[in-house]
Amino acid sequence: MMTILTPILILLGLSLVFGALLGFAAIHFRVDEDPLVDQIDNIMPQTQCGQCGYPGCRPYAEAIAQGEAINKCPPGGTATVQALADMLGRDFEPLDTDKLADDSKQLAFIREEECIGCTLCIQACPVDAILGAAKYMHTVLETECTGCRLCVEPCPRDCIDMVPVKPTPKDWHWPMPKAKLIAPPVSIIVSDHTHTGHA
Amino acid sequence: MSHKIWDFKGGIHPPQNKSQSTQDPIAQAPIPSRLVIPLQQHIGQPAVTLVTLGERVLKGQKIADPGGYVSAAIHAPTSGTVVAIGEHPIPHASGLSDLCIEIEPDHLDEWGDRNPVADYSQVETGNLLAQLRESGITGMGGAGFPTSVKLKPREEIEITHLIINAVECESYISCDDMLMRERPEQVIRGIRILNHILKPTQTLVAIEDNKPEAAAALQSALETLGESNRIKIISIPTKYPSGSEKQLITILTGLEVPNGGIPADVGVVCQNVATAVSIYKAIELGEPLISRITTLTGDALQQRCNLEVMLGTPINELLQHTGLQEEKLHRLILGGPMMGFTLKQRNLPVVKTVNCILAVTAQEIPDPAPEKPCIRCGFCAQACPISLLPQQLHWYAKSQEFDKALQYNLLDCIECGCCAYVCPSDIPLVQYYRFAKGQIRVQEHGRTQSEHAKRRFQARNQRKENEAAASALAREVRAKAAAEKRAAKESAATDNKVDDKAAVIQAALKRVNAKKKQQVVQQAPTNNRDSIGD
Repeated sequence: MMTILTPILILLGLSLVFGALLGFAAIHFRVDEDPLVDQIDNIMPQTQCGQCGYPGCRPYAEAIAQGEAINKCPPGGTATVQALADMLGRDFEPLDTDKLADDSKQLAFIREEECIGCTLCIQACPVDAILGAAKYMHTVLETECTGCRLCVEPCPRDCIDMVPVKPTPKDWHWPMPKAKLIAPPVSIIVSDHTHTGHA
Repeated sequence: MSHKIWDFKGGIHPPQNKSQSTQDPIAQAPIPSRLVIPLQQHIGQPAVTLVTLGERVLKGQKIADPGGYVSAAIHAPTSGTVVAIGEHPIPHASGLSDLCIEIEPDHLDEWGDRNPVADYSQVETGNLLAQLRESGITGMGGAGFPTSVKLKPREEIEITHLIINAVECESYISCDDMLMRERPEQVIRGIRILNHILKPTQTLVAIEDNKPEAAAALQSALETLGESNRIKIISIPTKYPSGSEKQLITILTGLEVPNGGIPADVGVVCQNVATAVSIYKAIELGEPLISRITTLTGDALQQRCNLEVMLGTPINELLQHTGLQEEKLHRLILGGPMMGFTLKQRNLPVVKTVNCILAVTAQEIPDPAPEKPCIRCGFCAQACPISLLPQQLHWYAKSQEFDKALQYNLLDCIECGCCAYVCPSDIPLVQYYRFAKGQIRVQEHGRTQSEHAKRRFQARNQRKENEAAASALAREVRAKAAAEKRAAKESAATDNKVDDKAAVIQAALKRVNAKKKQQVVQQAPTNNRDSIGD
């Protein structure tokens, strides 16, 4: 009788100890929010433009964590879709095409002489990039504008333009080398090697 | 004299092609019809213009202030009138325009104030650096880093080596060579000032063994100036890219600059010879950096030479001056054939970093052959002076797997072009790396920007929440106060009535009680008296 009782008691004791440990851990080290949402949110371009149909990047990140499609973010473009696909282990999907995917960065610009100072655009801007007060002219802070276009719609005077950012020598970058379409005479064998750049 | 030198892995031996431009002494380029002076000729913040349209400026007058700590002042190269301040194409690989000041020279070449430092050995280092900053001195070897910043390493660093880079390893370029041959004393005087500022334990002038005349000239200048104990001239084997700062440090000291670090991290400061001369001019003559020596060479030019050129001189005027033969010209390159870039237009000014203008024929530098598939021969890895794996970097850049390219230390690539030079498949490797580096920078920039936008968005949400909470609280407080007031009023109304009644009753009771007591007290003594009296 004792031979069978001892292991049972030992195992019972162990299970109680580990059960208590697990229970303690579950309560004490509880993660309130899905950490995946944070990771997804970090990939988002944070323009808060709402073009995905959600009110901002984080809500969309939450939706993706729940299984929403990953190709609904035009400002992020293909790069974001790719990064999401890599992270979540899902298949790459081309960007949802009915939404305009414009690669070039744009900034909002207020035609100031037409502005009536209604503050509607200020209220619409998710990143506080528009400066102004009621009945005073408004203007966009170039360095803060994310180009989300959310201010364009509410303007009653229609005086906000989206202006493409002009490339400057400072932010210019080398393009991908292009493969030559029309090839000059190629030296295929040694005997037709007519000229060389190297001595 | 003998100094141990090390070797670095890799490197190549392209044809020199330097003798074409070293036949004649340095000549003065004519004053051009118009000077175009970009506000960004250096690494860092662009300079901030100080002049207005139509203003007359004198030679050496400061026309733009440094726009930040890492920035350089800009000066008028000759006297004349400011005729335009605006966008003009600049010598940049992008071919884009940038802000420039345009001056129409009056051909009087009239100097403004010059403020030389009388005896720099008595002047504090900080003041000398300020003078260099005011004189617009930047590195003239290629990158154009502001010299006053480079000469001020962090406090805790002890500078053991000052290395003067006279290597000039790239083909065709001979401007430093000619400068050393003709003005060795200015070079040594400049190095003296650098010695005074940095106080290194060792000062080494590194020069490739293909420039014996320059080395001899420097040596004799050293002896005349009595500096041969303090400054050593080291002849190093000719190999490209020995002139690259990090490679040169390895050659002379055996040290390696750590990944992502600067030479000062290993106690070394490097300066180009031409920079040393401009330092001498700034301190001892009070002349700011307004001209430089530029090599004009290539078979499409009749006259291949080195010219002392005013900064801002349009390249097309220089080409005219040296007799460009249009029918022979195949490509116009700014810089050397290894690291330079092809110019798409000619109305570009010479800036502080333009060391060579190369007008080549199709025989000299033919168009690159079409790119063929990589055959994994490994020549590029043997040629790479940084010991990178160019092949792997090429795959990752091509497939845009930038994180992997970063793991293979793409950012350590100095874009010297050795890998592309030896590639039997004619793959434009450096262009792939430049593309990948650019994209990595774009992505990084995007990340910091989105992080910034996120912070602002969250701050705004927080503020709105706070505002809502505050107004809710205020409403509650108001409602509570109003309710209290109302309640108080109501209760006061009823309470008053009740109180009054109670008080009246109480008062009445009190009066009654008092009366009763009085009656009792009054009656009692009489009773006593009566009893005594009886």
